Amino acid sequence: MLDIRGLRAKVADKEILRGIDLHVGAGEVHAIMGPNGSGKSTLAHVLAGRENYQVTGGEVIYQGKDLLAMNPETRAREGVFLAFQYPVEIPGMSTVYFLRAALNAARKYRGLEELDAMDFLALIKERMKLVEMDQALANRPLNEGFSGGEKKRNEILQMAVLDPTLALLDETDSGLDIDALRVVANGVNALRRPDRAMIVITHYQRLLNYIVPDFLHVLFDGRIIKSGTKELALELERRGYDWLKGEATAP
Amino acid sequence: MASTETQERYLDAFRERRSRGNAKSPAWLNELREAGIASFTSLGFPTPKIEEWKYTNLEPIAAFDFSRRAGTRKKISQADLLSEAFADASAIRLVFLNGVYAPELSSRDRLPEGVGLQSLAESIKGDDEFLSTQLGRYARYRQQSLVALNTAFIGDGAVLVVPPGRRLAEPVQLIYVSGADGEQLVTHPRTLIFLGAGSEAKIIESYIGMTRESYFCNAVTELIAERDSLAEHCRVQREGEAAFHTGTFEAKLGRGAHLTAHAVTLAGSLVRNDVHVSLEGEGAECILNGLYLGAGRQHIDNSTVIEHVKPRARSFELYKGILNGAAHGVFNGKIVVHKDAQKSDARQVNKNLLLSDDAVVNTKPQLEIHADDVKCSHGSTIGQIDPDALFYFRSRGLGLAEARRLLSSAFAADVVARIKVASLRQRLDEYILEKFREI
Repeated sequence: MLDIRGLRAKVADKEILRGIDLHVGAGEVHAIMGPNGSGKSTLAHVLAGRENYQVTGGEVIYQGKDLLAMNPETRAREGVFLAFQYPVEIPGMSTVYFLRAALNAARKYRGLEELDAMDFLALIKERMKLVEMDQALANRPLNEGFSGGEKKRNEILQMAVLDPTLALLDETDSGLDIDALRVVANGVNALRRPDRAMIVITHYQRLLNYIVPDFLHVLFDGRIIKSGTKELALELERRGYDWLKGEATAP
Repeated sequence: MASTETQERYLDAFRERRSRGNAKSPAWLNELREAGIASFTSLGFPTPKIEEWKYTNLEPIAAFDFSRRAGTRKKISQADLLSEAFADASAIRLVFLNGVYAPELSSRDRLPEGVGLQSLAESIKGDDEFLSTQLGRYARYRQQSLVALNTAFIGDGAVLVVPPGRRLAEPVQLIYVSGADGEQLVTHPRTLIFLGAGSEAKIIESYIGMTRESYFCNAVTELIAERDSLAEHCRVQREGEAAFHTGTFEAKLGRGAHLTAHAVTLAGSLVRNDVHVSLEGEGAECILNGLYLGAGRQHIDNSTVIEHVKPRARSFELYKGILNGAAHGVFNGKIVVHKDAQKSDARQVNKNLLLSDDAVVNTKPQLEIHADDVKCSHGSTIGQIDPDALFYFRSRGLGLAEARRLLSSAFAADVVARIKVASLRQRLDEYILEKFREI
């Protein structure tokens, strides 16, 4: 589904990604861990098409297509979804309105009929159960004044409605208390599917107790320095990152 | 500016009007008109030399030759009128065509008994004593030349009187339609709204245009909200694209009275809105919301003054502007807290969104505080569409143009959402979404 080969990217002349190789197959959940500043969030944003990151090398093939050649909206319509670490607050537009416009943009792109307000309401109501979200919240201005937990639930709700093929979850656990973490993780787990891949980016092992990945990669200084399965997470928890740092300089 | 020639032109028009019809008017009104023209003659049009007019030059209005009159007046259908004014067909409304009451387009069928809603001309004809005590009582024609000019030419307009304790469930719409092709018209709509103690009313004042050519609409509204009354006043300005519009809104609030006043500016080439709210009673409260959308070479100036006169009054002000093309926006927001107005709470915010490199905004908050135990804050921002928000929208599949449209609309909708009249709110939301399709 996703092949990242030798991906390099910089922001404001600083190289953040220094040659990433990653293969993600359909139905797989990959976790990416690493210390602050290792390039985790940059990777997610480069894949989603954020324009202030400049790709300086490598390629990304998504479902046989050149992902890096697409603008952000095309990537989204092709099924890429990024759950933001810091979702933007938009006074003046409800989640319901926003999400219907987004879904219909994708449906139009795919040659499907647009959903009217009634049909969409039925859809969002059903998906809200997944993240135990109150309907009143969806009628409120998008993310405005939402708590950390509400914002992240809203991100997962958006994912559930937009039904992506590749979901990128950027530090979805940050700012969550344990109850919110469980709700969000349950939502994500319910969305696991054989034809959907996920890349879960996190700083902490604890999220991986709830969302158990098939593979885990350690990102350090812009490169993946170690890959393994979920057992690797436990080792990281026990030993930290320092023991891996020697491998970062290896060719 | 403010040339003698300009004043002469208005003075001539005044003399002509006086010789034609003022004889039929009661003496008190003629005195008021004379005081108006005298004040205007001495003040002239404001010039940018005056601090409050620093960013707005009325020269095009002063130079406007309204003596040319050979126009054809188009008939406006009721359906077009209502749609332009964002009004309901069933609404209680008074309609004015070029300053004159148009009964055939108006409807008072649903007006509850005991509530006074008349055209000003009707009210003058009846030599209403109440009118004589209220009209011109608050609008400061001695200081404000545009108010003086309007006062000199008082002829028609609307008078709404809600008796004490009465609650008007439905909004009252006042629709001022101006302009005619080939005719350089000047109109001076005058509105008086009086809310008795403990009464409640919603008023929508719409200003709409019937021509793409120039005309000048110089409106004045006085609103008196007596003790514990509750008012929502929505002013929607949708004049013609070449129109000059100056509008003064003067409100006095008694003890515990509450006013929410919205000023929505959607059109006009040169626009100045003056809002002056005086919180004269203890614990009075006003919420001022403003929205201005400018494009092309439009110039839109919103100047507001809120005076906290007595203790424990509160004011909340939010004005937002979106400017595209080479439009010029101005926001002057002054808050005066008088010596006796302890425990005042005043908050003011002005936010501007610039959609093009050539659009300009001047924003100037002013606090003048003479009491020591008060809470006052103000803030203003000028910015482009937030790139983070833009990326957020695009990452959800919305195209760049659509994302810009939705974000601009959302910026405006934040103000519109504060309008309590649901039908107006919905129509404005639709209008705004449609408007930003062009960006």
